[in-house]
Amino acid sequence: MNADQIKKNKKFSAFLSLGVILFLSLLLTIFIASLLGSEKLSFFELNESQQAILFDIRLPRILVGATIGASLAVAGASLQSLLRNPLAEPYLLGVSNGAALGTMLAFVFFAQIEFARPIMAFAGASLATFAVYQMAKSRAGMNTERLVLSGVIVTTFLSSIIVLLTSLLDAAKLRSFTFWLLGDLSQATKNGFYLTLIVAMLGTIILNSQAKALNLMMIGERDAFDFGVEVKKTRLIVFGTASALVGISVAASGSVGYVGLIVPHLVRLAIGSDNRLVVPFSAMVGAIFVVSADTIARVAIAPRELPVGAITALVGAPLFIYLLRRN
Amino acid sequence: MLEVQNISINYGVCAVVQNVSFALRTGKIIALLGANGAGKTTLLKSLNGGLATAHGKILLNGKDLNSYSRREIAQKIAVIAQENETKFPITVLEFVLAGRFAHGSAFGWETTGDLQIALDCLQICNLAGFENRLMNHLSGGERQRAVLSRALATEAKILLLDEPTANLDLAHQAMMFRLINERCKNCHSSAIVITHDLNLASEFADEILLLKDGKILAKGEPREVLTGENLQTIFDVKVLLDENPVSKKRRVTTIY
Repeated sequence: MNADQIKKNKKFSAFLSLGVILFLSLLLTIFIASLLGSEKLSFFELNESQQAILFDIRLPRILVGATIGASLAVAGASLQSLLRNPLAEPYLLGVSNGAALGTMLAFVFFAQIEFARPIMAFAGASLATFAVYQMAKSRAGMNTERLVLSGVIVTTFLSSIIVLLTSLLDAAKLRSFTFWLLGDLSQATKNGFYLTLIVAMLGTIILNSQAKALNLMMIGERDAFDFGVEVKKTRLIVFGTASALVGISVAASGSVGYVGLIVPHLVRLAIGSDNRLVVPFSAMVGAIFVVSADTIARVAIAPRELPVGAITALVGAPLFIYLLRRN
Repeated sequence: MLEVQNISINYGVCAVVQNVSFALRTGKIIALLGANGAGKTTLLKSLNGGLATAHGKILLNGKDLNSYSRREIAQKIAVIAQENETKFPITVLEFVLAGRFAHGSAFGWETTGDLQIALDCLQICNLAGFENRLMNHLSGGERQRAVLSRALATEAKILLLDEPTANLDLAHQAMMFRLINERCKNCHSSAIVITHDLNLASEFADEILLLKDGKILAKGEPREVLTGENLQTIFDVKVLLDENPVSKKRRVTTIY
């Protein structure tokens, strides 16, 4: 084994241990989060009603939080590499709003069909992604200003349709819908968890399979093409998968903003830009981040609750401004 | 070997390259010269399939370029273009390893062999010890040499270079052309270089293509092509032509 191999292997084992540490941290976060809440639970003894709280309400909510955190972070990391822009984020690009509009249309018109919400959310996310991409690209390429501006235009346009549609809802539905729109995990169910888990895992695997190509896309689309990446195919896979991840997350929990911005940024700060590491590590850090934010949302003003999206935005918006200024 | 047969390229209805034919043979360097907007970069982009031709054919080792997969083309043709700054913290080594993409599997990790090739290429380009530096922290010239390292790391036999010396100081301009020249003469490679430096072209090119408005105005050996009349037609300037006393190649001096 030569010096480089040793160096490389050392790097690998360092990353492997970091992965294990992150996974254990995730388990610990989930464990602590499941004990905290308006009803504090003991680790040693649970009565019947406490068991019901833990297994039927709290745990599904925490696990959905973990899976949507992972989904949004992975979608954000991949979109950023694909669009060569560390500011690309599902929420800021209007992708989340596309999914929200899809979910809402399903809610208003196809309420009786179980899977209408995630499917419509996916469709809405895909359409919004496509619209932003088409608006942002020009013959000279795609710069940050165009991308952010296109995101703003699509977001506000979709928001206005959402507002128009809310006028069709009655007062009770309106309140729960507004809460959901800000990012809310309180409606999470076991079935919701299974669905988001499957999509999150598949999505992360698919995007990880594109990580090597994304490493080149991150340098430049032209470079990626010249060095052997099937640019169109990669773009389609990443846009499609990211839309599915965002769609399923929004259908489950509304628009939890800035996760896809904060998490990949932190991960890159710690381990560099290689997407083969950024994608899986973002999944774990995203899960930890949303579970923690949701725990704060549950306990900060207990027994009342805050929408989790408000907490993530409180952290995310200042970071966005910092990144924009540094850009 | 690359053979271009009567190709034309359009942007919308506008013909940017018209009826261009030439052949790039093993071991040779072709310099592509012309005024801004003459279609040089467009032509170069089409040579690895980056732009579709409206008609005509490009043959790579005797086979139609379109019959190759993206990865196969990338193994055979490397491109050195003007580098955009990336907004992500990418190390020089990661950047150069991108040149090995077409060789390994599309997934997974680079092998030790890939790593060794990347480090060797960095050494060749005077960037030894730079592997863990961030691309964004390099000077323009260092970045351009990293771009060259990446292209060399592909081990492709054909190099397409779009103004490779634009950001380089005098010493590194000479180094860049010497490297390309050595590569072509010793490793059975060949290169097409877009440059605005007529004297570098005269020194290193085996053949010069002069482009005007997307058409070939003249092609042939530097001495035949770099004439006062041709340069007046292309650049609308008067030039003084004489001989470089050392290399005995044609030397062009602009008269202001």
